[in-house]
Amino acid sequence: MTDPILRVNNLKVTFPNHRVFENLNFSLHKGEFLSVVGENGVGKTTLIRTILQQLKPAAGNVQFFPNRKAVTFGYVPQFRNIDEEYPLSIRDFISLNLSGIKLPWLSRKERQQVDQIIAQTNLQKIQNRPLGMASGGEKQKAYLAQALVEQPNLLILDESTASLDNVMKYELLDLVKHFNQVTQLSVIFVTHDLPLAQKYADNFLLLRPTSFKYGPISELSEADVKEVSDV
Amino acid sequence: MFSLEFMRNAFVASTFIAIISGIIGVFVSARNMSFLTHTLSEIGFSGAAFGVFMSWPPLNGMLLFTMVSSVIVGQLSVKQARREASISAISSLFLGLGILFLSLSNKNASYATNILFGSIIGINHTNVIQVIELSALVLIIIAFVYRDLKFDSFDAIGAQVKGLWTNALSIIFLVLLALSVSVAAQIVGSLLIFVLLTLPAASAKYFVHTVSGMMVVAILMALVGVWGGLCLGYITNWPVSFFIASIECLFYFAALGYNRLRQ
Repeated sequence: MTDPILRVNNLKVTFPNHRVFENLNFSLHKGEFLSVVGENGVGKTTLIRTILQQLKPAAGNVQFFPNRKAVTFGYVPQFRNIDEEYPLSIRDFISLNLSGIKLPWLSRKERQQVDQIIAQTNLQKIQNRPLGMASGGEKQKAYLAQALVEQPNLLILDESTASLDNVMKYELLDLVKHFNQVTQLSVIFVTHDLPLAQKYADNFLLLRPTSFKYGPISELSEADVKEVSDV
Repeated sequence: MFSLEFMRNAFVASTFIAIISGIIGVFVSARNMSFLTHTLSEIGFSGAAFGVFMSWPPLNGMLLFTMVSSVIVGQLSVKQARREASISAISSLFLGLGILFLSLSNKNASYATNILFGSIIGINHTNVIQVIELSALVLIIIAFVYRDLKFDSFDAIGAQVKGLWTNALSIIFLVLLALSVSVAAQIVGSLLIFVLLTLPAASAKYFVHTVSGMMVVAILMALVGVWGGLCLGYITNWPVSFFIASIECLFYFAALGYNRLRQ
């Protein structure tokens, strides 16, 4: 097993009058593909927000290795307010996430970074199309490209495939898996879609209202699958 | 036309106004703040009237009111659900105050008209310098926060995830907007701020699809509007604001038509 990039230790997160989870333990290694599954309201997004340090845990912690600064995030959120009048081209949308230097214009190196991620995500032909006019699948690819343009070492996908048809789902995750294998990108994939998790993930974390289950994806049992699918 | 000093002043001032309106307008459009911009212009009217009442230059009163209120409006409008109602309340209050200050200052009705609809002839050399200084200030601040403001305006969710200082950015932008409203009101008056701060940018987004491209097109549209308005106003002796409003609306409807054809 490679080195861990993050470890969750006895994590407890509470909201006023409501405990989301406690004593949560798992770790994520370099190049690992982890699926976080569980029914609605069980705290999947809360866990992600805690990892992103937007929420403070009530107890326990999230440790990063070798240190917090060494771990960079790419995040594709569940919802995005992009309507059909959204004016920016896919290319300009992707470059929004470049923030290494604060000059108003993009440096040559940054333009190369954008070119590279557009090529890797097969968006060359539509890179100048307004994002508002792109299809659902193209939008998700653009979000993925934006999340990856600064070459993070941890990618978090929050229900990113929920609104996609079957073909696009697999196309998007094939792409993610490719980055995962080629660049040793670690992936946390939050989903309801168990077949997808089983096809792509190395390990799973099943969140339940009062407990959790963590292990290799092959250990995700029929009963677990039924539990999530019944929701 | 250029032998007249007030026309030269008007051309210089309106050029700078068109440039900052084009740039700020792109962010106004992206952040869906057209309504708030309109409110700030009404607050600007009230501030100008207060300036007259205090025997200050109207621009100073305008700057004071718009800057202070932009921060207050920003705080009140954090919750989307009550944004429209709270903005309406504030704009009514300030319009009322504007009328009160004008009445107390014993100025005649034409003074109110000048503030509301702009008075190009009233722009002197000192005003021009003030417009240039304020425009330069806006441009410098924009240059410093450009990347982050662009991210926050065009992808607020992404910017939040990235951990950008989005709350501070919102307030900085409101202050920049307040400055721009006060400056633009010098030419088109506070009631027609919309014309320069929202229409060119709202039209530009149908023609180009990069932030910098939209700024260039919006600036060009604003420039054609103010320069054309000044020339036509000079020739016909009709109000300049009327021509600027007409030209910008023409651009906007043409942009909508172009978009429909393209689809």
